Amino acid sequence: MSDVARDQGGGRADRHPHHDPHRLGRVSTGSGTHGPASKRIVVGYGFWIFLLSDIIMFSAIFATYAVLQSATNGGPTGAQLFDLKNVAVETTCLLLSSFVCGLAMIAASTRSMMWTQIGLLLTGLLGFVFLVLELHELADMVARNAGPQRSAFLSAFFTLVGCHGLHVSVGLLWLGTMMAQIWAKGFTPNIQRRLLCFSLFWHALDIIWVALFTIVYLLGAGQ
Amino acid sequence: MSHGHDDDDSAPGDDHSQVLAGVRGYAVGLVLAAGLTATSFWVASTHVLWGPGVPIGLCVLAIAQMGIHLAFFLHITTGPDNTNNVLALAFGVLIVFLVVAGSLWIMAHLNQMMPMAGMPQMTDLQMQH
Repeated sequence: MSDVARDQGGGRADRHPHHDPHRLGRVSTGSGTHGPASKRIVVGYGFWIFLLSDIIMFSAIFATYAVLQSATNGGPTGAQLFDLKNVAVETTCLLLSSFVCGLAMIAASTRSMMWTQIGLLLTGLLGFVFLVLELHELADMVARNAGPQRSAFLSAFFTLVGCHGLHVSVGLLWLGTMMAQIWAKGFTPNIQRRLLCFSLFWHALDIIWVALFTIVYLLGAGQ
Repeated sequence: MSHGHDDDDSAPGDDHSQVLAGVRGYAVGLVLAAGLTATSFWVASTHVLWGPGVPIGLCVLAIAQMGIHLAFFLHITTGPDNTNNVLALAFGVLIVFLVVAGSLWIMAHLNQMMPMAGMPQMTDLQMQH
């Protein structure tokens, strides 16, 4: 079914049915004779590669944390420090934020200024609540003499959670500038591309948080 | 359909379907992800389950949820138009696996090889709390 549609979309390739047996000459994939892929495809792919490199950087921090997890130097352990209820609320905020961000992207694709701005505002508010809860948790730990200087375990914990929190903060700044840009310039193609990159970034942060709450909080609290 | 000539290719995050179908996709993703998250928290806090199996179960639930996020939120699919994105993802997963598993393996091995009396273990791996 889709092959038929693709053949019709292939256009000029049909004139030489034996010339392109693997249908490499599809329109604007960048692999045929129709020129490079569209800018949206290239930008999305490039940003996806950046995100994967960011995830690889996180994997190094995760590995450090996993290695140092038991090196508490007589100090408090994860099981004594972590409050799973707080983590559950944080997780809910970030997941809902990711969901609303997706809805905002749909609104942006229909060029609805009001719904896009409402969606992005909700995304930002939920992300902000997450950040406040996380900062509150970290400040509370420092106040209980469980700061990053206390043990190798806590250094690794603050590095990992802090790095994710930093990414969320940068994402919130980016979100604010995106809202301003949409407001000022409308849904031009390059604004749409920036929105695509922002949504990818925001969803990727949620994926990292899934790994984080599982490995750090759930596994840490169970020990 | 402003970029109709892109129909044969897609960037990660692209969604060519109509608004309703798009909202439904995100809603399905949200429900699945929320279900997996709730299960994870339940598994971590309950005492009903067999203790040694809990960490493996939690890892499986986390990987499943990452898959849900990739499929429903980032729109990484198995379609022919997504080959580049999937290949980049596969390479990223390979590197992540090598970094994490390699670090854990090497450091655990070092700790086993150096049981020096009177010296604290490099990473206190024996001191399970």
